[in-house]
Amino acid sequence: MNEIARDPAADLGRLERLEGIGCARKRREDPRFIQGRGTYVDDIHLPGMLFGIMIRSPYAHARIKSIDTSRAKAHPGVHAVLTAEDLKPFKLHWMPTLAGDVQAVLADGKVSFQNQEVAFVVAEDRYIAADAAEMVEVEYEELPVVVDPFKAMLPDAPVIRDDLAGKDVGAHGARRHHNHIFNWQIGDRDRTDRAFDAAAVTVSQDMLYPRVHPCPLETCGCVASYDAVRGDLTVWITSQAPHVVRTVVGLLSSIPESKIRIISPDIGGGFGNKVGVYPGYVTAIAASIVLGRPVKWIESRNENLTTTAFARDYWMTGELAADTDGRIKALRVKVLADHGAFDACADPTKWPAGMFHVCTGSYDIANAHVSVDGVYTNKFPGGVSYRCSFRVTEAVYLIERMIDVLAQKLGIDKAEIRLRNFIPKDKFPYHSALGLDYDSGDYTPALQKVMKAVDYDALRAEQAAKRADPDCPTLMGIGITTFTEIVGAGPSKSCDILGIGMFDSCEIRVHPDGSAIARMGTISQGQGHQTTYAQIIATEAGIPASVIQVEEGDTSTAPYGLGTYGSRSTPVAGAAVARASHKIREKARKIAAHLLEVSPDDMEFDLDQFRVKGDPARAKSMKEIAWAAYNNVPEGMEMGLEAVDYYDPPNFTFPFGAYLAVVDVLKATGEIKVRRFYALDDCGTRINPMIIEGQIHGGLTEGFAVAFGQELPYDEQGNVLGGTLMDYFLPTAVETPHWETDFTVTPSPHHPIGAKGVAESPHVGSIPCFSNAVIDAFAHLGVTHTGMPHNAYRTWQQLLALNIAG
Amino acid sequence: MIPRPFAYHAPDSIGAAIALLSDFGDQAKLLAGGHSLLPMMKLRFAAPEHLIDLRRIKGIRGIDMQGDEISIGAMTTEREILASPLLAMHLPLLVETARQIADPQVRYKGTIGGDIAHGDPGNDHPAVMLALDARFVLVGPHGERVVPAADFFLGTYVTAIEPDEVMTQVRISKPAVGSGACYAKLKRKTGDFATAAAAVVLRMDRGICADIAIALTNVAPTAMRAEAAENALRGRPVEDAAIAEAGDLAMAACEPAADLRGDEAYKRAMAGQMVRRALRTALSRCTG
Ligand SMILES: Cc1cc2nc3c(=O)[nH]c(=O)nc-3n(C[C@H](O)[C@H](O)[C@H](O)COP(=O)(O)OP(=O)(O)OC[C@H]3O[C@@H](n4cnc5c(N)ncnc54)[C@H](O)[C@@H]3O)c2cc1C
Repeated sequence: MNEIARDPAADLGRLERLEGIGCARKRREDPRFIQGRGTYVDDIHLPGMLFGIMIRSPYAHARIKSIDTSRAKAHPGVHAVLTAEDLKPFKLHWMPTLAGDVQAVLADGKVSFQNQEVAFVVAEDRYIAADAAEMVEVEYEELPVVVDPFKAMLPDAPVIRDDLAGKDVGAHGARRHHNHIFNWQIGDRDRTDRAFDAAAVTVSQDMLYPRVHPCPLETCGCVASYDAVRGDLTVWITSQAPHVVRTVVGLLSSIPESKIRIISPDIGGGFGNKVGVYPGYVTAIAASIVLGRPVKWIESRNENLTTTAFARDYWMTGELAADTDGRIKALRVKVLADHGAFDACADPTKWPAGMFHVCTGSYDIANAHVSVDGVYTNKFPGGVSYRCSFRVTEAVYLIERMIDVLAQKLGIDKAEIRLRNFIPKDKFPYHSALGLDYDSGDYTPALQKVMKAVDYDALRAEQAAKRADPDCPTLMGIGITTFTEIVGAGPSKSCDILGIGMFDSCEIRVHPDGSAIARMGTISQGQGHQTTYAQIIATEAGIPASVIQVEEGDTSTAPYGLGTYGSRSTPVAGAAVARASHKIREKARKIAAHLLEVSPDDMEFDLDQFRVKGDPARAKSMKEIAWAAYNNVPEGMEMGLEAVDYYDPPNFTFPFGAYLAVVDVLKATGEIKVRRFYALDDCGTRINPMIIEGQIHGGLTEGFAVAFGQELPYDEQGNVLGGTLMDYFLPTAVETPHWETDFTVTPSPHHPIGAKGVAESPHVGSIPCFSNAVIDAFAHLGVTHTGMPHNAYRTWQQLLALNIAG
Repeated sequence: MIPRPFAYHAPDSIGAAIALLSDFGDQAKLLAGGHSLLPMMKLRFAAPEHLIDLRRIKGIRGIDMQGDEISIGAMTTEREILASPLLAMHLPLLVETARQIADPQVRYKGTIGGDIAHGDPGNDHPAVMLALDARFVLVGPHGERVVPAADFFLGTYVTAIEPDEVMTQVRISKPAVGSGACYAKLKRKTGDFATAAAAVVLRMDRGICADIAIALTNVAPTAMRAEAAENALRGRPVEDAAIAEAGDLAMAACEPAADLRGDEAYKRAMAGQMVRRALRTALSRCTG
């Protein structure tokens, strides 16, 4: 090491000016949002713009006998009424889904879910369109409806997809029934079965992860503008993956990608709802091409909640085999996955159940087998990852519930059984029985830290006292989860979408004055990319975050990327940012050496400058180097200072956490109060602690919403109930519990800066924690499971069944 | 979420409003805060051709007290009720009720008159009006009449207001000194209507229930008094057993409709729980 006398105060000042990794700087995007200066899709107004409204089916399953558009077309101000017949000449009446299926853009002869798209009215403004929509007359002939995935698989179940008649092989292999989509299996079935046969103890539990919706504040929408003279198409769209949308639009329209520009402007939340391509986008584009005018389409809240991308609807059976000490020997899982009427799940192509195989969790389980069947029903399509990586919420819910079920059976404390089964630190990188390679983890200290913080033993003592008192008006429950997530999709060898590897990208240009612009293939929907990416560049390239402009979402300027969902921005694009920064830095090193007339090897990087090793007074700041890049570079070097990086990660990252919830169930009403929630997260290197805290608060709040109130139930006729915010639970500050947060740091060994991604952990980890707490309140009465959402009504029914209500 | 076309009128006197109502008959609707009417229009459940906005009419907004009678203009907003020192002092029950209605955005616009006139059994004011024996001033082409709350709520969305009448005022006699009251509401979340709710006004005299009113929200086609429960309590000490019995009697009286908030059994049980909760709290607030 060199022995240079340094001035710590001056170093600190330079560090603070950089605002790099670890700095809790305020979000750069907030001033414009707080002041109403954001630009969302509905803020886009173009000259001559028309407005489109979708006409939807009131029936869940019906044949369309006729559609009469004449009255609507004659209504003043109406420009077009499109039906499947109008789209047929362009082959746009059906579209491919991300899951290898097809979906009707406008119903082609029949409808298969309530609110399915039937016709598209385009008018001068949205008021005229709404009036004209009432004038479209559709004659339906009702068909028998099936909303239960088990009934959908009965031999005489109604055929939901006539268009698939005779197709006994789908995108993911054989289909064994007319409503079957796929069977996907992973793990060693025989070994797992043998482990079950040999085990001292086994437990089994059925559980439904109900159909929910991400429900972002901004609904989906777009403005499509086709310029017939230039032959190019621009679409402003609420998309979490604008480049993928460009590729899909190119495929559908035969317009070359070079003439398609997709712009994701400010997005008011996505949470997985805005990954796919929806019929409304296609009809708006088609209408713009046909009419030669820009066409806007914006969903209503009810349309959002009932047509564009639900999440979950997983009917799971978990089984664990263990010894009498609670050491788990094997996990067996069967899932019936309700995908609705079209398979429009957003998953990596090869994995129709996403990363559900992370369901061995944080535990060292030698044998495991998973079998997932996808099924069609008369419900709207989706199956997106609601604030989680593909199907990870379901997987974590399953294992975190199952380990509680096992603990209850064996009478082992629910914290203790986890400590007994954790993957030990020295086994990392850990190869799981279902084929995943966990990068890093250190689970025991995390759980112990939480137990100490809440005084776990005292809580259990209080619970015991309350259980002993029959007059106690409440039941007290303690929930624990120690989850492991899998995020950062992903290595292109296992993850692609439509054949495009799931890499991500960054392009950085440093300007002569030392400021810079960075562009990414991702797109922020509230994650604070403009803030955090700049911090990575600040630390890795020595440019102050405050002079770095971050731009995303415009496919004409940003490098190709797969977008933002599944906590992939930091693990994938964040790595590209770091690596592009390193390329900038290496070029800067050579320029600095040239300016100081020394060898590049004699230069060392020091926060925001390069200095000569052993002679720190001789240094060139990044600002000076940037200037020189435009007028004085070493011979043979190109001018300018920019870099591009496309990063294909070698592996996923595996954030983890230990959460604990304390709830009180009111016997009188079934109401549940979350008395305490302690969340410890380990997301590896922490780029901006303030943003992490914010993401965790948001994720916990959404997790709370799912656990206690969100669901989209159906009646037997296939009517979706609760499709408005009167019923669908979006918590306000009034309902939201107080959150306590904590962290440990276990960096990812394969990520350039060790970061893992955090925004989804609180959602994934908190939901089973709430369920575990609620069920723990009833555990002494023999209850092993109750379904979500744990609303007062459902909880009261449980109390009533146990004869302790009131 | 876009209503059918309509014409908008904003008269500046009651007379002008009534004249418009008389002209347009059942094609017209009065508009107060709009937070019940506009959602129905946006869903196209209601499609009035004429909206007559009451906001410019003077003298039908504000809170006052003359002697023992409190008067509240029909156009007084929930927010104004919440902020009223007069009500906080003399009729805290109304403040407690307003605080549990909807959310701040709705409370800034929604009016007490609209909440009552809408005739929705899910609204919170109707039960409270029944429990307080409120009187409503209705003005029509033939003058003014005063209708007691007990005669006002005729069915779901059906009230005693004639199509050409405007409610101008709500009159409430100040509850007797020493009495206690409570509005207990079970709801799923902020902005939700009641799963069940109970309004209780109670006056105790030397340990005995001297006067009692109990009314229920959202467990029948209209807000309703739980008379059997009242009768069982009147003249008795309000002890645990009596409170439990009152809850049971209230449960027996209600006829709830199932929805996503719960089935009939749950709502009935919750009506009982809210009666008990409100009774206990009201009792603790009695100083007589
Ligand atoms: C999200 C949401 C949640 C809500 N939650 C609750 C709740 O928990 N509890 C609750 O009580 N309410 C609730 N409401 C309803 C809200 O309080 C309404 O504001 C209220 O019911 C109607 O009052 P308004 O002034 O908005 O009336 P408007 O909607 O303008 O009118 C309602 C009806 O009354 C008639 N009307 C209005 N004023 C008069 C008058 N002076 N004379 C004669 N007729 C008149 C109108 O013609 C119309 O038919 C909620 C509303 C919303 C949107």
